[in-house]
Amino acid sequence: MKTKLVNSIREAIALAGLKDGMTVSFHHHLRNGDYVLNMVMEEIAALGIHELNMNASSVFDTHMPVIEHIENKVITSIQCNYMAAGVGRAISEGIMDTPVQFRTHGGRPSDICLGRTPIDVAFIAAPTSDPMGNCSGKYGPSACGSLGYAYPDAMYAKKVIVITDNLVPYPLTDFSIPESYVDYVVQVDAIGNPKGIVSGTTRITRDPVGLVMASYAAKVIEHSGLLKDGFSFQTGAGGASLAAAKFLKDIMLEKNIKGSFGLGGITGYMVDMLKAGCFQRLLDVQCFDLDAVESIRTNPNHQEVSAMHYASPSHRSAAVDSLDVVILGATEIDTNFNVNVHTDSNGYIMGGSGGHSDTAAGSKLAMIIAPMFRARMPIVTDQVTCISTPGKDIDVLVTQGGIAVNPKNAELMYRLKDAGLPVIDIHELKEKTERITGKPHHPKFGDKAVAKVIYRDGSELDTIYNVPVK
Amino acid sequence: MNPILYPASAGTLESSDVFVEIAPAENGIEIDLNSVVQAQFGEEILAVVREVLDECGVENASLRIQDRGALDCVIRARVETAVNRGKGEN
Repeated sequence: MKTKLVNSIREAIALAGLKDGMTVSFHHHLRNGDYVLNMVMEEIAALGIHELNMNASSVFDTHMPVIEHIENKVITSIQCNYMAAGVGRAISEGIMDTPVQFRTHGGRPSDICLGRTPIDVAFIAAPTSDPMGNCSGKYGPSACGSLGYAYPDAMYAKKVIVITDNLVPYPLTDFSIPESYVDYVVQVDAIGNPKGIVSGTTRITRDPVGLVMASYAAKVIEHSGLLKDGFSFQTGAGGASLAAAKFLKDIMLEKNIKGSFGLGGITGYMVDMLKAGCFQRLLDVQCFDLDAVESIRTNPNHQEVSAMHYASPSHRSAAVDSLDVVILGATEIDTNFNVNVHTDSNGYIMGGSGGHSDTAAGSKLAMIIAPMFRARMPIVTDQVTCISTPGKDIDVLVTQGGIAVNPKNAELMYRLKDAGLPVIDIHELKEKTERITGKPHHPKFGDKAVAKVIYRDGSELDTIYNVPVK
Repeated sequence: MNPILYPASAGTLESSDVFVEIAPAENGIEIDLNSVVQAQFGEEILAVVREVLDECGVENASLRIQDRGALDCVIRARVETAVNRGKGEN
């Protein structure tokens, strides 16, 4: 019988034929608990392989060793959809010669499938696998739920290596990725730290400002004209977004509205809404907490979807195209409603689009929820430091100081005014905020491009420049 | 006007707060400012600190200010409290 089991990651890398200049890929369902990216890169470095392009759906701060691999020229370019502040800071200080390419959760699979960003060797961190590579995220000590972002890597990479810490007898059924895509399987002691993979139940905010914003957000949805039977919804895992989901749930139950589906990175709050009958289905590309993992494992109405199915702009359709409302965050939003989620106010990389611009483009109503200012920095600016999502895709900004509607959505503006909600012009909101915070001076950036922001259709949206090191 | 007699402090290092430390000095006002919004509001923060010191009649003092994005009203309150403590009035 053919076997795909190999003894070590190093052996699998050698068998896959990884050489200088090739592209390796990783997915981020193990989030900040992931061991696989570091284990693999360490073996690659030990093998003396250099000048790799690393295509990782997201880079977290547990991946700080990446900085050393950059300094040693093991990694010379990076493609990702999100980069946390630790690695982001080093990139912003200019440690790479080639700018990082930021894509979106829909743009990445789109470009992989179109052959724009070919992958030589994909490494799939699999919480459970059989010896032939049928693998799943739903079971095992490192269970993470959905493996949605790993699908394009498994389907299109020239070689696919599954790394698991829970090897089960053939055949694993209820798999996410089937053996037909997998070349090698490696068993290791642990693929991740469960504490960093999924959080416990995320708490909704108790901050009064957050609760005001959340209550406005729910009322905007209530009066948007979209909240009726068949309603579909996505929200992030931030405290205010979750509070908005809670208020929305109350409204839906009170009015007996039966929504169709909840989408996205799924939290326990979305699971609660499913159980309460607010939605008929959940479509899940990534689980954020243990409740979501438990639900996707046990509830047939909670369906895993691939990254393509979630958000790709070049496939025949994606779930974001059927989305009514999405609640999103921002570090800055300008008076043209362009949103920054890539850099902080000093220009350091600390995030990325993820599904931000995919859901904003696909949904009927894209809402930004953010406080008027954070640590004295106003949320509304004349021009964002970096355009992550273009203003044409954003409908409304909800703050505790008022609700600013994008003038392109005149109908929403009338509806919210009719409902007696505190609608405010975005320029006025900016001035109102600056009366409290003062008007900020703009920090100076360097002239070295450290990252390119690539929109979901493959076009270049913006360039991020280095922050001069003092 | 009472001079700063003792080292004293006020505030916290929480986000949106400021931690102010003050100590006796002999040659005027010396301010060491470190702020998360230094590039955006550094000059404004120094101006408001000097204003409060002036209002409190402090002519000689050494200050170390670690700002986490406090609003002017917070900075004023923290500096005033540190000054009062440094004078032994609080």
